[in-house]
Amino acid sequence: MQLITCPWCGPREEVEFHYGGQAHLAYPDDPAALSDEEWAHFVFFRDNPKGPFAERWSHAAGCRRWFNAVRDTRTYEFLDVYPMGQSAPEVAS
Amino acid sequence: MTTPQPPGAHLPDHPDFLWRNPEPRRSYDVVIVGGGGHGLATAHYLARNHGITNVAVLERGWLAGGNMARNTTLIRSNYLWDASAAIYEHALKLWEGLEDDLGYPILFSQRGVLNLAHTEQDVRDSVRRVEANKLNGIDAEWLSPDEVAKVCPIVNVSGDIRYPVLGATYQPRAGIAKHDYVAWGFARRADEAGIDLIQDCEVTGFTVDGDRVTGLRTSRGDIGCGTVALCAAGHTSVLLDQLGVRAPLQSHPLQALVSELLEPVHPTIVMSNAVHVYVSQAHKGELVMGAGVDSYNGYGQRGAFHIIERQMAAAVELFPVFARAHLLRTWAGIVDVTPDASPIVGRTPYDNVYLNCGWGTGGFKATPGLGWCLADTIANGEPHPYVEPFGLDRFVTGALVDEHGAAAVAH
Ligand SMILES: Cc1cc2nc3c(=O)[nH]c(=O)nc-3n(C[C@H](O)[C@H](O)[C@H](O)COP(=O)(O)OP(=O)(O)OC[C@H]3O[C@@H](n4cnc5c(N)ncnc54)[C@H](O)[C@@H]3O)c2cc1C
Ligand SMILES: [Zn+2]
Repeated sequence: MQLITCPWCGPREEVEFHYGGQAHLAYPDDPAALSDEEWAHFVFFRDNPKGPFAERWSHAAGCRRWFNAVRDTRTYEFLDVYPMGQSAPEVAS
Repeated sequence: MTTPQPPGAHLPDHPDFLWRNPEPRRSYDVVIVGGGGHGLATAHYLARNHGITNVAVLERGWLAGGNMARNTTLIRSNYLWDASAAIYEHALKLWEGLEDDLGYPILFSQRGVLNLAHTEQDVRDSVRRVEANKLNGIDAEWLSPDEVAKVCPIVNVSGDIRYPVLGATYQPRAGIAKHDYVAWGFARRADEAGIDLIQDCEVTGFTVDGDRVTGLRTSRGDIGCGTVALCAAGHTSVLLDQLGVRAPLQSHPLQALVSELLEPVHPTIVMSNAVHVYVSQAHKGELVMGAGVDSYNGYGQRGAFHIIERQMAAAVELFPVFARAHLLRTWAGIVDVTPDASPIVGRTPYDNVYLNCGWGTGGFKATPGLGWCLADTIANGEPHPYVEPFGLDRFVTGALVDEHGAAAVAH
């Protein structure tokens, strides 16, 4: 089981966390202006890279706060963790 | 007195010849990316049903070493929606004649599947699915806990466990097959028909001319193509990224495990959605178990240990007899899941590129059915009616085939 570093609580076991998928997805500014295709992409389509991926995690069994992380999907290694609202670090691209 | 036989003594011997190992030619009428069950079955039916043999199957590793080698081989067709019932039942009918078609043993064993219900809502959903199955001509029954115990006496049907068994759906024609033999059977037939099965050949990119793909870049040089079929399972997103096409796919590790060899104790397949474990006993005697995907995206072909811990806890509660069985081996594959837990098959924005992916945790059972329909799609340039509902466009039209909440665990 791997340790994940919560930005507030520090390293904790993986079972305390809940996965939230891709990070940095913004709700559309003008929802009424979206075509069906654009809605489909907002609702269903997510990146699925083999390599660094910026994603959301919640420390569900601890402080219950959400944060972002960059994790390598090949090795599962966490390359960085950072608070929500902060932009993705370099390592994500 | 009969002499005791070691486990597996009744299994057929490995053949001394499997298939050629050809050098790739400069171009083919059809190039299939991915030499798993789906790619190989598609190749076989292209030759057998349509006489199309100028075909290559490109496999980045060794033949059928991906999910085909890692899955738990459950075969059933008791899905809720008509579209799913049609393709999985088409596959099941083909499974029933596959040994003859391939001229090769596949050890298809129709031992039935029980999908357990543990809550009142499970019961209602299950009975609904049984009725839907019957309307689609699929064998299905609702069994009470006592009837469950008759089919599989080692299931704990007592009322005092955490999630008591309130009954189960039963599909008697469901079963398991020997996955390696299935792959080898398809591969041998395709090879005999003159199709090139090219291993150690990774597709790394494409050459594009307008809305057509004219060639593939591979680790063994460039290969020209008439039509391309993508059958790369968990790695489909990596290929689509090269083509600039987006699909709603997420790749996850999915684990399985086997126990040491045991004498025959488990006559059927048991699946439980609520406690999330499923078990069958392999031909040689191992208990084969699986559960759900690991929650996070991953391409590492391994998963987290706590997933195994949870599924073992669930298994021991349902089958107290397993408490002393030793775990022998665990592994994972990378499966591609979609938002509605149904596959994506059919057209892409490129005229001559067909997609086959998103089978997630349950594509083995579809192998012959999908191969049949994808070969037909390639030969006719039109999606076969059984795969037509599974097009990429359904995420825009909203015509989802939402099996997630419908067909119990997906495998
Ligand atoms: C643990 C586990 C249990 C499962 N249990 C069941 C079950 O009980 N019943 C069931 O129905 N299904 C089950 N599945 C799902 C099933 O295995 C898959 O849905 C199915 O195998 C997918 O089709 P495939 O056989 O073609 O995929 P694969 O066998 O994975 O074939 C894809 C191939 O493409 C190759 N490839 C990828 N990228 C490239 C590239 N760039 N160039 C060349 N080749 C490439 C891969 O190496 C691979 O061999 C399970 C899966 C797992 C992992
Ligand atoms: Zn925390």
